Amino acid sequence: MTDPKSYAMKAKHQRLILVVVALAAIIGAGFLAAYALQSEANYFYEPGQIAADPPEVGQAIRLGGMVQEGSLNTLEDGITVAFVVTDKESATVDVRYTGILPDLFVEGSGVVADGRMDEEGVFIADELLAKHDENYVPRELQDMDQHAPDKTLIPAEQTT
Amino acid sequence: MIAELGLAALWIAAALAVLQLVGGAVAQRDPESDLAKLVRPAAIIQGVLAAFSFVMLLYLFAVTDLSVKLVATNSHSDKPMIFKLAGAWGNHEGSMLLWITVMAMAGGLIGLVERRLPEKTMMATLAAQAFVAMGFYAFILLSSNPFERLPQPAIEGMGLNPLLQDIGLAFHPPTLYFGYVGLSVAFSFAVGALLTRKVGPDFARAMRPWVLGAWIFLTLGITAGSYWAYYELGWGGWWFWDPVENASLMPWLAATALLHSVSVLAARDALRAWTIMLGVVAFSMSMLGTFLVRSGILTSVHAFAVDPERGSFILVLLALYIGGALLLFALRAGTVAEGERFAIASREGALVFNNVMLSAILGIVLLGTLYPLLTEAFDVRVSVGPPYFNPVGAIFVIPMLMVMAVGPLLRWRNDNFHRVKLPMAMVAGIMLAVLALVLVLGSYGWLPMLGLAVSIGLAIGSFLPLRGRNLLRVPTATWGMVIAHFGIAVALFGMASESAFSEERLAAVEVGDSTQVGPWTVVLDQVAPVAGPNWTAIEGRLSAQYGDGAAIDLRPQSRNFWAPPQETTESTLATRWNGQLYAVIGNQASDGRWQLRLWWKPFVTLIWYGGILVALGGLLALIGRLRTDLKRRSAKSRNAERKLEEAEV
Repeated sequence: MTDPKSYAMKAKHQRLILVVVALAAIIGAGFLAAYALQSEANYFYEPGQIAADPPEVGQAIRLGGMVQEGSLNTLEDGITVAFVVTDKESATVDVRYTGILPDLFVEGSGVVADGRMDEEGVFIADELLAKHDENYVPRELQDMDQHAPDKTLIPAEQTT
Repeated sequence: MIAELGLAALWIAAALAVLQLVGGAVAQRDPESDLAKLVRPAAIIQGVLAAFSFVMLLYLFAVTDLSVKLVATNSHSDKPMIFKLAGAWGNHEGSMLLWITVMAMAGGLIGLVERRLPEKTMMATLAAQAFVAMGFYAFILLSSNPFERLPQPAIEGMGLNPLLQDIGLAFHPPTLYFGYVGLSVAFSFAVGALLTRKVGPDFARAMRPWVLGAWIFLTLGITAGSYWAYYELGWGGWWFWDPVENASLMPWLAATALLHSVSVLAARDALRAWTIMLGVVAFSMSMLGTFLVRSGILTSVHAFAVDPERGSFILVLLALYIGGALLLFALRAGTVAEGERFAIASREGALVFNNVMLSAILGIVLLGTLYPLLTEAFDVRVSVGPPYFNPVGAIFVIPMLMVMAVGPLLRWRNDNFHRVKLPMAMVAGIMLAVLALVLVLGSYGWLPMLGLAVSIGLAIGSFLPLRGRNLLRVPTATWGMVIAHFGIAVALFGMASESAFSEERLAAVEVGDSTQVGPWTVVLDQVAPVAGPNWTAIEGRLSAQYGDGAAIDLRPQSRNFWAPPQETTESTLATRWNGQLYAVIGNQASDGRWQLRLWWKPFVTLIWYGGILVALGGLLALIGRLRTDLKRRSAKSRNAERKLEEAEV
């Protein structure tokens, strides 16, 4: 302790240990996060993708598309709505949502829904994200509007 | 004329920032040069001019000058005055002007009052501040001019997004900006200290009030933002792990870590390099948050005023500042790292643990927020939500909160865990008892139950530092810490209780029908049309009864704004000491029944009361610090200073 040299060595050691522990914790958090992300991320599907490669029943996914004109109706219980989500390739998915529809949710407009497929191939939505206002469109939908025409031109590539 | 005045002031302010940077750089070589003497005045005048420019913008919005493009696109003459003013910063250009204004005023304030640092470090700090500001001036003047005129004045404005026409949200962005910009000051201090290699307790004491101030505003901003989302969006949730929310949470996590490490540096001259690093990281997180919000690169329910081109501009600034600062750090960290030693079982040890945990949580939130961007590069689109953030975050939050209950009881430098055995056992015992009780009682999720147990332990633990002391003589800063820690416990209790015990009822009811949710009976008495200054609405008139109590009137609305045309859901809340009833009215079904959505959320209000307590704790700490700093200036021996500091942290 009295020797200044040994003091410096010890200080250096201690710093090294601290740095190693901190790095281990943060890298550990990173690995944990990466592992959890693999299993917990919601994959985004468009109706065409669901038709081509159906997700497992009960797996959390996010569905995006357009609400088909004339498809929206309220079921007997008065609180569940059924509608059809479509993409530009005219693939469709039946959706059921129990709850109050978000503001700006209208037929012919874009929608993103969080939920899962049930055994009968109906998408059960837990949450709907519609357009927020004219300036805001969910990013997934922006992409779809832009790319949709290309996709219809090259259907062969879609199936491979 | 007014718009041109504002723009001219902004250009001059930008020019002064250049002068400030050059002067600050020259001062490193020759502190006596004329240019060096201009640095402080340049900073002060720059602050005044930026503020003048912002006031001009406020005026243009107040009088709804429709020849200005920004006013025409974001305001409307029918709007209430408060929202006309709020419209000034409720958009991209205006909010960037607010950002630079706050930043310039902060720089001016440093130039005016800060005398503790060596003059050379001070000059380097002001130069760094000017360098950061210059990027934002360029951004505003070259790509987002708020004072741009229209070739033809508009006849009427397009209005402000109705979701933003809310008193809570009107003051939400400025609050967050004060926080972000406060962190830019911390960043400049860190860069200044790295440049002159003067990292020590004096530097930490000079930096601390800025970190504290930024942290208080961030805390308030996040709390207010959470409450806004809760009542305005009508979803009944208080945190969505939305990228925009994460954008404010990440700088807060970094600032919280910085706040604690800067205290260690001030009191004990340890953690030098780490504190500098956190100063850089905290501001990086503010910039990253701004980038995520402004670029629209991530899907968010709250994003507004997005523009990919502006996003790239911010990305370039981000790369420039952060890359530069990290490079400087890599070059200089070795020369500033020497500091005091401490044992694991000590106050420093506990604070290091807190810092590491906060960094890990920050890493988890950052990865979860950016993951969709990463996968999109491989053409896979995903969204990341609560199933990821809640359990993974909890792995680090829970141990951190437990150490938080005990850490403040430990002594600086070296202590023995035996000394705090009793309080530790007490806290652990209470937590185990609560946990056992809730596990026996119900089929609730383990996470909320653990949250309840930890919050009760922490609530008790946070007051233990006051045990056996004369309460009148406890320093203000210590009171601040106690209250902030207690606030965390209160907020956690609210979160856990809301997650575990909320009850929801969704019903289609006819007028006259009654519905049950939790202890409440709710009757729909009437549905009527109503009109406001710039909207019309369908209003549900409900009477709600808690148990056998008196009926309360509730009036949820579904509003239609006409400028811009948009619907919003206005929920209503009935608040009791033990929770809130939350009511939303929806559409009318074809058979004439109305959709009602009701929630009973026990103790949900504690979430935000907790947030306010945390901010109050920060405020007390700030007041206490500033008072001791004043005392310290008159204190003579260094020894006396250290004693004072050690007694208070």
